[in-house]
Amino acid sequence: MIGDTFGWLTDAAHWRSTNFDTGIWDQLLAHVGFSAIALVVALLVGLPLGLWIGHTGRATWLVTVVNAVRALPTVGVLVLLVVVIAPNFYGRTNAGYLIPTEIVLVLLAVPPILSNAYAGVQNVPPAVRDAAFGMGMTGRQVLARVELPNALPLIFSGFRSATLQVIATATIASYVTLGGLGRFIYDGLAQQDYPQMISGGLLVAALALSVDLLLALVQRYTVSRGLTGRLPRAGRVRREGADSRSAVLTEELASQGAR
Amino acid sequence: MIRFDRATKKYPDGTVAVDELELEAPTGQITVLVGPSGCGKTTSLRMVNRMIEPTSGTIWLDDTDTASMPAHELRRKIGYVIQHAGLFPHRTIVDNVATVPYLLGTGKREARSRAMELLERVGLDPAFAKRYPAQLSGGQQQRVGVARALAADPPVMLMDEPFSAVDPVVRDQLQDEFLRLQGELGKTIVFVTHDIDEAIKLGDRVAVLRVGGTLAQVAPPAELLSRPVDSFVAGFVGRDRGYRALGFTESGALPTHDEPTARLGEAVPQGHDLVLVVDGEQRPQGWLDPASARGTVEESDLLRGGTLATQGGTLRAALDACLSSPSRRGVVVDEQGRLLGSLTAREVLDLIERDEEPA
Repeated sequence: MIGDTFGWLTDAAHWRSTNFDTGIWDQLLAHVGFSAIALVVALLVGLPLGLWIGHTGRATWLVTVVNAVRALPTVGVLVLLVVVIAPNFYGRTNAGYLIPTEIVLVLLAVPPILSNAYAGVQNVPPAVRDAAFGMGMTGRQVLARVELPNALPLIFSGFRSATLQVIATATIASYVTLGGLGRFIYDGLAQQDYPQMISGGLLVAALALSVDLLLALVQRYTVSRGLTGRLPRAGRVRREGADSRSAVLTEELASQGAR
Repeated sequence: MIRFDRATKKYPDGTVAVDELELEAPTGQITVLVGPSGCGKTTSLRMVNRMIEPTSGTIWLDDTDTASMPAHELRRKIGYVIQHAGLFPHRTIVDNVATVPYLLGTGKREARSRAMELLERVGLDPAFAKRYPAQLSGGQQQRVGVARALAADPPVMLMDEPFSAVDPVVRDQLQDEFLRLQGELGKTIVFVTHDIDEAIKLGDRVAVLRVGGTLAQVAPPAELLSRPVDSFVAGFVGRDRGYRALGFTESGALPTHDEPTARLGEAVPQGHDLVLVVDGEQRPQGWLDPASARGTVEESDLLRGGTLATQGGTLRAALDACLSSPSRRGVVVDEQGRLLGSLTAREVLDLIERDEEPA
């Protein structure tokens, strides 16, 4: 089975599109497209809202409500939305399927983005916020120059978990006739072509991990070193800690050896 | 000058934090607000830069009503130092210090070079400039906090328990340096503390507030200790206020006796009386009990209990030198720390009594 899967993936014919079949490259592009639209929309909705709730301390109930949305069964909502929306576009464009898919993905991505942005701002130490206002920053300056940069580590972790989830779930676009890497999974299942199905799964996982790696790099160069603890001195301290731990280990091994 | 004109803060639930406060903080001086928890001292301070808006009354900054301009503009003209420093963790030390100049639109290069000067001024190595707050100790962070408050050279500074979160030794050091800095800068400072000793040490004038936010007494520290207006102030300034008041009385020339000495490494002298040990430059090191030492005088034989009084210091220091000395003879040194002689507690008491009206 592993060999078959490997064979399926390395078959150049599967990567190029033909008149009859969409290849891996094009499905990958479609998959990235669905995911990107959902993530951009979710970021535009979730980030400002989360920052605002954290900054003002108002409407915190919204965070709870948004988190409750996570409990919705994705496929169920998708089917429901398709049933309601698709007939309005029947036979003209695929918008009747695209819109429900994007709604479902946005619903999935907003909660981690919003609640992490909120938590990030909330976690700014009161003394820091107090000093920011006391220095004469306006509310907006406090948000932009102090709260946002300090919230960045949490904002990134929220966005990264949203990204993973959206890329993994975007496979359901194929469930409602659209393309994307999910195509191989659903087609493979229907045709009992398991190498194709497994390849689809592997491609989704590979895409998700690569994007996460990319975001980790962006995070590394965006978040202040003062927050990440990647400091010359702190590094030395940690290494000393590791040394003492290994020293203890060596002692233990030595005493075991003696026994 | 900062003037509280019937400044009042009432909360919607009816609590009165500050009640018709009338107080003036003179230009170029340190005015300390002190009192028990809930006396409204921090609230009063924060009303000056409108971190808390007064419910009624006015606070004047020279001839300007503080309510007459937007709060953020007012705050940029007032230095502000808080308890845990509140440095911005994501910014380097130099950028933390340059915060207010950046807000005022000063160019990056100019703001940073000014920040570097200030770091040196508050006693921080310029090597700290590129570090982040997480890499600094509490005391160092607080120095940065003071530098940041001074960055735009505001005539007025508000300090809210700035030294209370650091350990006693560092606190003492920070207080001394703060006084030195104020000697150079002459800012108009309002300083809040719950520690009466800190208030007495730092204040040109000390305002004691009582719970409910009313002023009990405002006076120079020596007067506060010698003439508290009522039992509340008397109780708050503490039981050993007579002794502490001596800290404001200069001793004048202390009458000293010659004190026989021994040096480290020399043979232990004969006799039963404690002998003062000095180093090569006549600086006292400690006392030696000849009965318990043998051979030569070693560091480990020394009794180091005694404090030293400096000629020209205060009566409190002189008396303390006597009381803390293992031999009961107080050691007096000159400003370079060299031995001048010794005196007894009896002699210090005579000096105190000769002083007709101990302040």
